[in-house]
Amino acid sequence: MAQVARTPKTYDVCVIGSGAGGGMAAKILTQGGLDVLMLEAGPQVYPEKDFKMMMWPYELPHRGVGIGGEAGKNFGEFLAPNGAWKIEGEPYTSSPGSNFQWFRSRIVGGRTNHWGRIALRFAPVDFRSKTRDGIGDDWPISYEDISPYYDKVEGYIGVFGTKENVPSAPDGLFLPPPKPRCSEVLIKRACDKLNITCIPSRLAVLTKALNGRAPCHYCGQCGRGCVTASNFSSSQVLLPPAMKTGKLTLITGAMAREVLVGPDGKATGVSYIDKASKSEKRISARAVVLAASACESARLLLNSKSKLFPDGLANSSGTVGRYLMDSVGSGGWGYVPQMEQMPPHNHDGTGGMHMYIPWWKYDRRNDFPRGYHIEMGGGRDMPGVGMFGDVCDEFEGYGATLKSTCRKRYGTGISFAGRGEMVPNADTYCELDPGMVDQWGIPVLKFHFKWSDYEIRQAKDMQETFKSIIEAMGGEYRTKTPIDGPNAFGIEDGGKIIHEVGTARMGADPKTSVLNGYCQAHDVKNVFVVDGAPLVTNPDKNPTLTIMALSWRASDYLLQQAKSGSL
Amino acid sequence: MQGISRRDLLRNLSVSVAGGSVLAVIPAEAAELVHQLVHKEKAAAVAGKYAPKYFSPIQYEALTALCDTIIPKDEKSGGAIEAGAPEFIDLLTSENEDYQLELGGGFMWLDNYCVDNYDHTFLECTPAQQKEVLDLIAYRKNAMADPSLSQGVAFFAFLREMTCDGFYTSKIGIADLEYIGNVAIAEFPGCPPFPHS
Repeated sequence: MAQVARTPKTYDVCVIGSGAGGGMAAKILTQGGLDVLMLEAGPQVYPEKDFKMMMWPYELPHRGVGIGGEAGKNFGEFLAPNGAWKIEGEPYTSSPGSNFQWFRSRIVGGRTNHWGRIALRFAPVDFRSKTRDGIGDDWPISYEDISPYYDKVEGYIGVFGTKENVPSAPDGLFLPPPKPRCSEVLIKRACDKLNITCIPSRLAVLTKALNGRAPCHYCGQCGRGCVTASNFSSSQVLLPPAMKTGKLTLITGAMAREVLVGPDGKATGVSYIDKASKSEKRISARAVVLAASACESARLLLNSKSKLFPDGLANSSGTVGRYLMDSVGSGGWGYVPQMEQMPPHNHDGTGGMHMYIPWWKYDRRNDFPRGYHIEMGGGRDMPGVGMFGDVCDEFEGYGATLKSTCRKRYGTGISFAGRGEMVPNADTYCELDPGMVDQWGIPVLKFHFKWSDYEIRQAKDMQETFKSIIEAMGGEYRTKTPIDGPNAFGIEDGGKIIHEVGTARMGADPKTSVLNGYCQAHDVKNVFVVDGAPLVTNPDKNPTLTIMALSWRASDYLLQQAKSGSL
Repeated sequence: MQGISRRDLLRNLSVSVAGGSVLAVIPAEAAELVHQLVHKEKAAAVAGKYAPKYFSPIQYEALTALCDTIIPKDEKSGGAIEAGAPEFIDLLTSENEDYQLELGGGFMWLDNYCVDNYDHTFLECTPAQQKEVLDLIAYRKNAMADPSLSQGVAFFAFLREMTCDGFYTSKIGIADLEYIGNVAIAEFPGCPPFPHS
């Protein structure tokens, strides 16, 4: 056997991944007294250095810019460390026609460093979808099971919003919302005319100080990362308290290869590649918590093959990698002349919308199952490349006329993004690609992805709604979408909304699911999955809040099991 | 995480310019990095004169002239030259093969057209002749009427948008739009009253 370094210590738990799910598990488990080792495939994040918050374009320091031939790699330092659709040396494949896009963040905190901070609870009905409409499957847990954990997560991370009693969008424990922007005031008026519900949005951004974190300073740049941690990220909000316990050991640059299994069929640890030394190392642990992101965790399980588990770990059901879902996404925009009347004003606000449209047609017959919510943008944003592409297209010409048109049209575009529920289908899954390994020699994933008519019809409905709202505002809807083809009605390629979930779903029946209601593997009692993989459905609510609630709940359960010696 | 390379960023910028990017708008700071690089190189060059990285001196002169025509100085603000748009475009083009085809080929087309019609290159033409050709290639409808203009129209559309990008990501361009923000405030003020409501 090749030389493999095994740490002498046996940890209580090895957590793989430091994003929303992994960060939450590390916090709860260490605060519960367990020794946790966390593996993160990327580097440490340093907010003061890595986050380019509030830098004026023309006042940027030269730090990290580099000169001449050195400049290339420094471009990355200018953007928030937000991951990439393609990572050199770590490919994935897609079956013909699938065109699945996989966004991965290899960094401490994962995608929570840049995410949209949209923090929506799933509704009671979302946990019993099959009971409601006969499609897909019910969850093994109910809203009542998860609700106390939503309370805990919101109370800890801070989410603004308002109590609205909308059945499809349960209220939470909210901080006060910020005032709406001009664009949002107009959208709200239009929605009132159209009987579309439009309410303050729910974002994990602090409008009041909380747990030692300063309130938002309204620079509108959450996506760059927040130096004051006024928005939520795992790296700044979950990992520091875990570190403070003295019980967390974090190893960065550690690419997990396989969950190791003992002769008794229980996990004994994790083998990983130390990227810096390109060497194989092993961690011994009494329990393993996978939080590497839904597809990465599925890949790990599928790659953890042994005599006992020839099809991969926790995969006796054959459902690891199956039931892959993303959100249905379609966007559009319109020109709203009334915005031209507005005097220059500060429109920044929090990073992201202050108002949103929850699913409002839950009580009527639609020509597609489930629903979607609508996000909104537009107005006097900080200028950027591409901002006047539409003006150029529409008005053409050049010179003084073009310049004054840009001036006049600045801030007059209003945009919408629909985010809807996809129903899992047999043609959409990921599996190991037998023909390819990554630079670490680890077999890569192959994606299969197909939208069904359910999702296409939803995208069509989104487009019609966007148009009706823009027109009710006295504007002109400008987005044109094809009526067929892979992107009919503007439906985005699978994966593009970065809500991929479902690849190790929970369920009451071990024959059709990977995990039980506590995110614990049916087949291997000391293996848990706490990222987006356990989700049975992917409602029109961004999954991060639910991932954290499930992770907290699973971690409480794991603590209990550890204390009673049941692991 | 693998560093996002300069090339990747520029690719991303190019996708954005084409209108189909993941990011509808590339963060201004990304574009500004290009400005910063240009300033560095400008400072390093003799007498502060920018040395084009991609375009030939003649092409660069034509680029500068076109940028100035697209976004000229007016009573409110400076123009595209003052905003550094030509440098911005040259730098991006030097990094991006698609831009090289679009713009490099476009300047060749422009000179070829001018020689055919006026017996001079674009820069050698009289202001009236220059205006005549620009008035043709500045509008799609002219290419529909005369397909031989289509490459020129596509080139000008590309350059027009890049000039806007260069101008409106500069300090004077942002000031021209009267963008107010990027400041820390204790409370978000919300929307001022609508003038007509």
